[in-house]
Amino acid sequence: MKKFSSLLHNLILTPSRNTKIKLLQDYFKILDINRAYALAILSNQLSFQFIKASKLRELVYEQVDQHLFDYSYDYVGDLAETISLIWPTNKEGKSQNLSTLIENIKKIKKSEINTEFSKVLSELSNNERWTLIKICTGGLRIGVSERLVKTALADLYNKSVNEIEEIWHGLEFPYENLFQWLKNETSKPKIDFKKLFHPMMLANPIDEEKDFKRLDANEFQAEYKWDGIRVQLMVSSKSVSLYSRTGDNISSAFPEIIESTKGDAVIDGELLVGRNFKPSGFNDLQQRLNRKKASKDLQKKFPIFIRAYDILFYKGKDLRKLSLVKRRKYLEKFQKENKTNLIDLSFIINFSSWDELTKYKNNFHDDLNEGVMIKLKNSEYLPGRKKGYWYKWKKNPKLVDAILMYAQRGHGKRSSYYSDFTFGVWKESELVPIGKAYSGYTDKELLVLDKFIRNNTINKFGPVREVKKEIILEVAFDDVFPSTRHKSGVAMRFPRIHRIRWDKPVNEVLTISEFKKEFKLS
Amino acid sequence: MDFINHQLFIKDINVHIDPILPKKTAIITHGHADHARFGHDHVIATRQTIDIMKIRYGDKCAKKFTPLRYGQKYSIKNYDFTLHPAGHILGSSQVLIEKNNHRLVITGDYKVGKDETCKNFKVVKCDTLITEATFGLPIFQHPDPKDEIQKLIQSVKINRNNCHIVGAYALGKAQRVMNLLRQQKYNETIYIHGSLEKLCQYYSKEKINIGKFEKVSSKDKSFYEGKIIIAPPSALKDRWSRRFPNPIICMASGWMTVKQRAKQQGIELPLVISDHSDWNELLDTIKKSKAKNILITHGQEDALVYYCKKQNLVSKPLSIQGRSDEEIE
Repeated sequence: MKKFSSLLHNLILTPSRNTKIKLLQDYFKILDINRAYALAILSNQLSFQFIKASKLRELVYEQVDQHLFDYSYDYVGDLAETISLIWPTNKEGKSQNLSTLIENIKKIKKSEINTEFSKVLSELSNNERWTLIKICTGGLRIGVSERLVKTALADLYNKSVNEIEEIWHGLEFPYENLFQWLKNETSKPKIDFKKLFHPMMLANPIDEEKDFKRLDANEFQAEYKWDGIRVQLMVSSKSVSLYSRTGDNISSAFPEIIESTKGDAVIDGELLVGRNFKPSGFNDLQQRLNRKKASKDLQKKFPIFIRAYDILFYKGKDLRKLSLVKRRKYLEKFQKENKTNLIDLSFIINFSSWDELTKYKNNFHDDLNEGVMIKLKNSEYLPGRKKGYWYKWKKNPKLVDAILMYAQRGHGKRSSYYSDFTFGVWKESELVPIGKAYSGYTDKELLVLDKFIRNNTINKFGPVREVKKEIILEVAFDDVFPSTRHKSGVAMRFPRIHRIRWDKPVNEVLTISEFKKEFKLS
Repeated sequence: MDFINHQLFIKDINVHIDPILPKKTAIITHGHADHARFGHDHVIATRQTIDIMKIRYGDKCAKKFTPLRYGQKYSIKNYDFTLHPAGHILGSSQVLIEKNNHRLVITGDYKVGKDETCKNFKVVKCDTLITEATFGLPIFQHPDPKDEIQKLIQSVKINRNNCHIVGAYALGKAQRVMNLLRQQKYNETIYIHGSLEKLCQYYSKEKINIGKFEKVSSKDKSFYEGKIIIAPPSALKDRWSRRFPNPIICMASGWMTVKQRAKQQGIELPLVISDHSDWNELLDTIKKSKAKNILITHGQEDALVYYCKKQNLVSKPLSIQGRSDEEIE
């Protein structure tokens, strides 16, 4: 455990990609079972059922005063780090292997978790405690992507990272077949590709200035970009399953899809809520998300459908190496053969110049699409966010000027900065908050805002600071909906700070009723 | 306590402690720039603090200087002042003010732990304690500085082709790091950024063991492989640091406790070496001072105020202008 925790410690502090790879390789050179545990942890495939963030808070409150913990957490901005630092230091116990430690924790009964897991934490060093909590809460956030881990492994054994990527989702802990193949002791692991979730092909944002000059419009086609959730639908004569973008099986939440889909294929598409293939907005979709099951009532009230973008397998045939245009033919064939009222095809926009596409992007009045996707006609289906194949071009965001009201310290890389901002508009002579944003600003703007907040706090509510109402933020957002949960009666989708309006006086900011009128909410 | 206000100003006799703006009479706890400023009429401080002020701001940075030994009494009307060791940096002191049997202590910046570069901290019993709270959160529990300096020495041994640049404040921290290296038998020449030179010379003159040091010069890049260089934190990100071979960026500071902080600042080897008290030392000092009234100057005051109130001590924060809540020196 000492070795693994110092690996994580070094990884988080190393800015250089090459050094990270070297650190990972040095660790993977160990030839025992610990490296399998490390690989599972670094690729987010290990988790403990009972020990989540809320449980950890409960445990730490048993050890230290709740207020003192909260002050500290507010300052540090990282749960694992706060707990590891504040946990009373006992005498360190005998140092344990990563594998032994994890197996021992897995054996803890749910009823004994409070005493037993606390005991484990008390016997670890600071850094080990940090590591263990990071493992428990998942998502290490140490600046190491899954891809980098695979790259380190591939380079260490002279394989290509794409080869690992291809079989990755078919591998299981403790990855013996992987390591044996890497060392050339066996051939490449055989994976039944049809049954596997395939990492999705993702798009990069287009750089309007650079890319349009560089790219030939004739080599591309476009589709509307829909604001739903990206899914992979796997259909065979035996079963139908639905996966989210991250590879989670979400079949049980969308039974109507599972029941109605026929054929033999793997489809890539967008899950949307709406009737007769007319999407009704993300707000409605949210009613269907994060639910394990969907009642008949819910299915009726918020009907769903899939807008298909692409096809990866057709009747057992791997289409991923074919061009997008050829795959589309297969997708159309699949659609014709297996017509259902829950799947339609994404519309293809043909255009001969970027100017022409601009019109499509801006003229499309329906607020429900987010812009367009621009895809290279002869692109293969490649996992991940490869450059040069697929681009997304978002509509210009909506903008509103609002007054900074409250601020809170951020988390992760923005910890210690006041970087979460609540802003509002006028309601008679008072301000009413309309949203909260923690991104969009430049590093320079963040420093300015942070300093303003520290010097202009008029009130503190726990970690929240109320500031003098002097700063106007131009807030960009994708959409705004009526909401009964917020005092202002509105909820914004993806608000971010566009810029600071030094030029505008606060009394020129809209009132809430003007705001609602402008964005057609009343 | 009613004789001193939240700006550490005694109106009755027109005396300030560590004022930011030029004043008539200023008692200075130590030489860091956020405490010792240029332009007062009369500065009262330890001899070493006065020396340091003169090095930093010139001989004429105040019209008049009154050096005090630790424990030596200085009276203005019915106010008696004495200075007591604060253990923060060379010459640093706490200020005890006695008036009509009321004892008030202003700690200035202080640390309880041992330090060979200055006289070590002593608790002064009092009725009112005005304490700093730079590290006033229970997450701050400073490790043994010897272990931290060993991390640096080990890293130098392993990474022979790299140079190690250690960010450390020019006054106090830099010399303490050098002294700690000497305590751990690191006997090589230590290379320093030009801005540290005069202060290092002064520490040497005051018989603080910081060993052999030399200002970095435009030598061949490879010369600095395997060497330790000490520089002020501001130089780490500057073009200045690019002249060195494969530098490993280190920082000696109490803030390095928090990994996210180290990461934000691009520090690869954080060394938790602090010249301030950690949480337990703050609590211990409050307890040992026997003070019933605790005022907290700069730092993370919320948690400490909360703690004192729970101990039935009267406590409130003082917000002193010009001190950010994340004091560095």
